[in-house]
Amino acid sequence: MRSATIRSAAFWTALVTFAAANGSALAQKKYDTGATDTEIKIGHIVPYSGPASAYGIIGKTEEAYFKMINENGGINGRKIKFISYDDAYSPPKAVEQVRKLVESDEVLLVFNALGTPSNTAIQKYLNSKKVPQLFVATGATKWNDPTHFPWTIGWQPSYQSEARIYAKFLMKEKPDAKVAVLYQNDDFGKDYLKGLKDGFAAKASTIIAEESYEVSEPTIDNHIVKLKASGADVVISITTPKFAAQTIKKMAEIDWKALQIVANVSTSVGAVMKPAGFENGQGVLSAHYAKDAGDAQWKDDPGMKKFLAFLDKHYPDADRSNSQVIYGYGAAQTLTKILEMCGDDLTRANIMKQASNLKDFTPDTLLPGVKINTSATDFAPIEQLQMMRFKGEKWEMFGDVISGEAATH
Amino acid sequence: MSAVEDVVTEAPAVEAVPKRAMTLGLGTSLVVLAALALAPLFVKNFIIFQMTMLLIYGLAVLALNILTGGSGQFSLGQSAFYAVGAYTSAILMEHVGMNYALTLPIAGIICFAFGFVFGQPALRLSGVYLALATFALAVAMPQLLKLGFFEHWTGGVQGLVVTKPDAPFGLPMSQDMWLYYFTLVITIGIYIASVNLLRSRSGRAFMAIRDNEIAASAMGVDVALYKTLAFGVSAGITGVAGGLGAIAVQFVAPDGYTITLAISLFLGMVVGGVGWLPGSIVGSAFIIFVPNIAEGISKGLSGAVFGVLLFLVIFLVPHGARQVAMVAQQLIGKLKK
Repeated sequence: MRSATIRSAAFWTALVTFAAANGSALAQKKYDTGATDTEIKIGHIVPYSGPASAYGIIGKTEEAYFKMINENGGINGRKIKFISYDDAYSPPKAVEQVRKLVESDEVLLVFNALGTPSNTAIQKYLNSKKVPQLFVATGATKWNDPTHFPWTIGWQPSYQSEARIYAKFLMKEKPDAKVAVLYQNDDFGKDYLKGLKDGFAAKASTIIAEESYEVSEPTIDNHIVKLKASGADVVISITTPKFAAQTIKKMAEIDWKALQIVANVSTSVGAVMKPAGFENGQGVLSAHYAKDAGDAQWKDDPGMKKFLAFLDKHYPDADRSNSQVIYGYGAAQTLTKILEMCGDDLTRANIMKQASNLKDFTPDTLLPGVKINTSATDFAPIEQLQMMRFKGEKWEMFGDVISGEAATH
Repeated sequence: MSAVEDVVTEAPAVEAVPKRAMTLGLGTSLVVLAALALAPLFVKNFIIFQMTMLLIYGLAVLALNILTGGSGQFSLGQSAFYAVGAYTSAILMEHVGMNYALTLPIAGIICFAFGFVFGQPALRLSGVYLALATFALAVAMPQLLKLGFFEHWTGGVQGLVVTKPDAPFGLPMSQDMWLYYFTLVITIGIYIASVNLLRSRSGRAFMAIRDNEIAASAMGVDVALYKTLAFGVSAGITGVAGGLGAIAVQFVAPDGYTITLAISLFLGMVVGGVGWLPGSIVGSAFIIFVPNIAEGISKGLSGAVFGVLLFLVIFLVPHGARQVAMVAQQLIGKLKK
């Protein structure tokens, strides 16, 4: 009996000592599923096939970026294993692929999933599993909701941020403006409209006319004519590329010389400005947050040089003027920064903590002055843009970088 | 009758399938059933989810099989019926707060009515023309779901998030496993009902129409009624599949129900064997897993790899899984001797 007690005491002492030793070792390195001493597994989905397959370039750029990181020794000595699947822009497929990433590949986090429908489909699942849904590739404002979805965080400026910037710009530069708004009747358009109204706040009466169109309409000419009749001298065109081109063209045709601001999604020179006619698009305004690799002014920019060197070495067949390449590089660099900040504490909770603790971080491909800032209550990383004006056959940046952050959080 | 139509009637794309060849033998059925019932006990939740989707798409392919294999009518519009079913379930669950199980029969009935009504104008069309008319339906559906008029109910482009049901009566199983068995029971029920339907008087009428419409009407089959009925039944089953799909994926959005889905289902039917009901599951497996395999081979060329694999299947076994099953059956028969 007595010897049994002694033996059991010895056993417990040994166990406690062992646990303590083990515990101190664990205090330095903490891992969740998907991270080890040598590897960090990152899950990713993007449409490589289907109607939105043009976005697949983002995935390829990110894959090349992490290859470069691995060749340079990885992050804190750990190699990145980037697992990227095709969701074909279909929400059911997105759910299937993300579940495969989380339950079968056992990734640490899901990074930069693309598209509002796909992200909406996986958001509830990832939040209930407490898996970070980092830097979603969509401009909807709803991703900035840390109270209800603490495991989801955006990246690019939201539509509302951008709209608030236009409101700020107009109130400063053209305080007596009479604004007409043309918007697409869906969540993209409505998100923008809300941002504009919030931006004008007390001066909401600046907006004297609103017109909405359906994506299914073949032409929106009648809406433009109607807006002209309102007597507005500023048009804010919250349109997708096809309709943005129609608007620019129609306004020139009916000789309506109002100041025009077009949403950032429709600033492609090839898809919007050229079909609309360069002569019709002179002086059109918009805003952007990233550099354009096709623009000569960044020739000697150190960030741009780094970006081009990366492309030469790791992704030589990329189209340098494709904005998706710039996008993928910036997003991948932001993730790399987060993982560096995490150090040896690669738990999912710490990843969200670090992702919401970015202070003045600037990826190489963002415009000078655009900084990424997040906090426990601010899950919207990029909120600044710079105004730009169309001149000749390209966009020219002007003015200061403007913040689209909401006045109250 | 135009020259094109002559060509279509001369060589019917849907071959006459004798009704006994439409199903599996009892022994084989029981083995398949046992495999489906026991498999989830040994695999991860993610695989169970994939198996659930397998059954759901299997149901949708089965529905198309009844329409095309049974009554000889083509449809590229199944995604529209699937979408209506999915939205019916989602709206009833999220806005009305109805129990998920109760939403399925309602989704089925609404889709049956929808299919029956759509079958009326479709009566005047046959062959490729009917395929085109249904194609129009599939193209229109995602846009209709985005209309501002319905937005309060459908959630517009953002879609609706659906809550996944827990296992009832405190059963000790995960949500995925419960949903799998729930789907399995419904699938078996619908499968048995479909087999019986095709063996019944109505089923014989379907097949008579498929084989020769004029002869069928001469024998007293109400061609118009049975053709629209086939459309209705097919749409109804697709609607139930859509409702189950909404519950399993926990999300409905217009972009989930594009023409791609309709073509996938059509593909599944051809790969499984037109008119062979058990082939529906094989076809469903093809449309779920082969794109993943293709992606594994080459990410950039996944579409091309998928095309090659599909081409091989069509070229080597033009009658799909049915052909493979028959060859296997003959081999087994020889071995027994």
